[in-house]
Amino acid sequence: MTEIETLESAQLGDLMSRSRTLIAAFWLSVTPTAFAAAPVHEFTLDNGLKILVREDHRAPVVVSQVWYKVGSSYEPSNLTGISHLLEHMMFKGTPTVPGGEFSRLIAANGGDENAFTSRDYTAYFQTLEKERLELSFRLEADRMRHLLLKPEDVSKEAQVVTEERRLRTEDQPESLTSERFNAAAYLTSPYRHPIIGWMQDIQALSLDDLKHWYQQWYAPNNAVLVVVGDVDPNQVRDLAQKHFGPLPPSELTPPKPAGELPQLGERRIVVKTPAEVPYVLLGYKAPTLKTATEAWEPYALDVLEGILDGGNSSRISRDLVRGSQIAATAGAGYNLASRLEELFLLAGNPAPGHTSAELERALRAEIAKLREEPVSTEELARVVAQAAASDVYQQDSLFYQGMRLGMLETVGLGWNRLDDYVQRLQAVTPEQVREVARKYLTDDRLTVATLEPLPLDGRRLATPGAGTDHAIR
Amino acid sequence: MSSLKPSLSGLLATALLCVSSLAQAIPEIQNWHTANGVPVYFIAARELPMVDAQILFRAGSVRDGERPGLAQLTNGLLEEGAGDWSADTIADRLDQVGARLAISSRRDSASVALRSLTDPRYLQPAVETVARLLKEPSFAPDAVERVRQQMLTALQERAQSPGAIAQDAFFKALYGDHPYGSPADGTPASLNAITRADIQAFHRRYYTAANAVVAIVGDLDRPAAEQLANTLVGSLPKGEPMPPPPPVPALAASQIIRIPHPSSQSHILIGQLGVSRADPDYYALYLGNHVLGGNGLVSQLSQEIREKRGLAYGAYSAFSPMRQTGPFLINLQTRNDQADTALQVAQTTLHQFSADGPDPQMLEEARQNITGGFALDLAGNGKLANYLGLIAFYGLPLDYLQTFIATMNGISLEQVKTAWQRHIQPDRQIVVIVGGGQSAPTPPGPAGAPVPPTPPEPARS
Repeated sequence: MTEIETLESAQLGDLMSRSRTLIAAFWLSVTPTAFAAAPVHEFTLDNGLKILVREDHRAPVVVSQVWYKVGSSYEPSNLTGISHLLEHMMFKGTPTVPGGEFSRLIAANGGDENAFTSRDYTAYFQTLEKERLELSFRLEADRMRHLLLKPEDVSKEAQVVTEERRLRTEDQPESLTSERFNAAAYLTSPYRHPIIGWMQDIQALSLDDLKHWYQQWYAPNNAVLVVVGDVDPNQVRDLAQKHFGPLPPSELTPPKPAGELPQLGERRIVVKTPAEVPYVLLGYKAPTLKTATEAWEPYALDVLEGILDGGNSSRISRDLVRGSQIAATAGAGYNLASRLEELFLLAGNPAPGHTSAELERALRAEIAKLREEPVSTEELARVVAQAAASDVYQQDSLFYQGMRLGMLETVGLGWNRLDDYVQRLQAVTPEQVREVARKYLTDDRLTVATLEPLPLDGRRLATPGAGTDHAIR
Repeated sequence: MSSLKPSLSGLLATALLCVSSLAQAIPEIQNWHTANGVPVYFIAARELPMVDAQILFRAGSVRDGERPGLAQLTNGLLEEGAGDWSADTIADRLDQVGARLAISSRRDSASVALRSLTDPRYLQPAVETVARLLKEPSFAPDAVERVRQQMLTALQERAQSPGAIAQDAFFKALYGDHPYGSPADGTPASLNAITRADIQAFHRRYYTAANAVVAIVGDLDRPAAEQLANTLVGSLPKGEPMPPPPPVPALAASQIIRIPHPSSQSHILIGQLGVSRADPDYYALYLGNHVLGGNGLVSQLSQEIREKRGLAYGAYSAFSPMRQTGPFLINLQTRNDQADTALQVAQTTLHQFSADGPDPQMLEEARQNITGGFALDLAGNGKLANYLGLIAFYGLPLDYLQTFIATMNGISLEQVKTAWQRHIQPDRQIVVIVGGGQSAPTPPGPAGAPVPPTPPEPARS
């Protein structure tokens, strides 16, 4: 396992908050070179396991991913981090495959493997030469139902996860700020918890907690198997039936509703920690495809995000990085495919000679402009062109093709929900962009976090917490 | 976020090595020269209507001379104006057609990478834009100042990162006054001293046909690829080919460097000089390192430090061959109070491996991972383009991809052990530990922000 985080998140502009980079669709009327992705074959086994297969015959390679509908947003408040720790424990063995053997077998067969935990899902994947797909199925089916959880493994792996937390969050001033920001922005939504968990919760997770979590969520009827590569869909189905078919389903209890209370006014926090560079993070409560009452609104917010931060010609680059030069770096982020209500994010580092307060004012002025003036048709066309091009580029990666299918399916949107993504973006009008800005990007829906650097040779004010949107094994 | 950091940080995950089994699936590389002498490497990939084109120059930080940061600043300014086009115009021209541009600067090389759709209505404007910013960047004074400020901010970010501080100290200790030891991101003083004239001169000297290579992967036939290459670099002035950097002197003695930092973890680097890209031992060392620390959780370092003891989230080792001798480096992070233990475990693991050679079964499994996984490393235009850029820049053989599996299969355990003992000397080792926690006093290092490190030249995938 390369446990390097390739999907690092939480910060803006990462893979997950950039819905645009996850989406497939079609190149539009503007071009004759319409290019459609290969079709997806969908099967469901009797035990409820859903299987999605997309053929890609460019190389003799296959990606196999098992997605579970569980993540940090399913966790009660004193069990934060349990989904992620369980993800680590999934490599510790079963009665028939001893600890460490999973990884050794995949590696010795020329494979890559890893896993990742997010707010709304936990996923395991292997990339292999196509002839070795069965190895992946055999091992994944085995650990879907037969994981052995041993106390000595739990305590050791919890140590590893605390090191991961120190590495990713506690010693990273901006990650630390982002974690505190989420905890301040959300009052009741489980999105307030860091995916990796609070340190005290990680250290207190017990063997029984993990066993219970495993039994509760790891079952074929709570999973999606996604296969992309040089395969025959019917053969994949048969192979899946052979290995996953015998597994019994579970009786699933969906998580209790955990909506966010309506926000009643602007919230602000300050994070003081040893650092050199100031940082400011702004988030407005915004609907997603799952929560929106008007179907077009998430697409309009997505277009708005592109207007602000879609490439070097976007408003933030043009006006704040190059124009006023208040920002050394800045950006925006919005994920329309989250399971729960999201934050529309803005963040950045002020340029030398400028303050966080100035940068915050400049970012809020950009939002005010969007509330007042309709965006230009040229800007809209640019956002659509970038989305359509991205759609083609993403098909270069088997992994991300699978990622899109699995992510959409596990958050409950359905894997094909964004097949018309580019058309939906193209249908967005300047007036609609202004309307969502007026409705959602308002001061009363805003949370602001500011990183105030303390001297690096000073002392910490408090023990920090941590978190990224994606904790990877 | 649309931060400009990518243009400053010089990350290009160019990959080398890792091979598959289905030799017939390995794509063929075509190679020719443009009229003005630029070598072009091309792989036709007809399935997706897109193209990746990289232009690499012998213009990395090794050419900085007395002006650390000059190569990176020059590279970062390429998209900030060309001819009578402003930065805004360049951004518009690329974004309107959905093209993506990635500029980066490393120690040996500096590059510009374009990804575009192949429909000529989108490709043509994108390619013409890139050609112009390579040939006639304007280096407008306001842009110079702005990118300079951004690099200064990047230096500050390095100063708050224990990992970055450790890397910098490591390179400085390992290379001393050799250009590879010069801070690629510059120092506050050096960045502030760079003039527009310095940048213009650097560009004139190094961004020339004689110092360029082009790598193209995508949905083009040969004539279209030739035309693409010609448009990109055909009008670059010939220029003078730059000689390779000077050889790297051997490390005189081992050194342990401790740098206090208020982090909760200590970042530990253990390393020494490794090999150059041309060293025939590289392949045996690469294979051996796959056993030691190059193969994720399966490798010995991970087993000893993470799996058996829970001391760290990750523990890795890698050779990073460059034009001249690149580093060999072990990297891990652990809670401050465990730093000495983790260091000891890592050193013991390394020394045992060096003394005894790899376990035969582990070596075979590492070999199977490399050869069996080669197809994975070639699956996708982006991955192919990274390989091709590496092959082009370092002048590796055209059949490099075809022969890689056989090369790996031809290496014996004895060869691994011999190569390892020839190159890895425990008495020529740099150890850097950055951390210690809250009570850490101010580091005794140079005044101002610690000099940031740059990742070594592209290494294994």
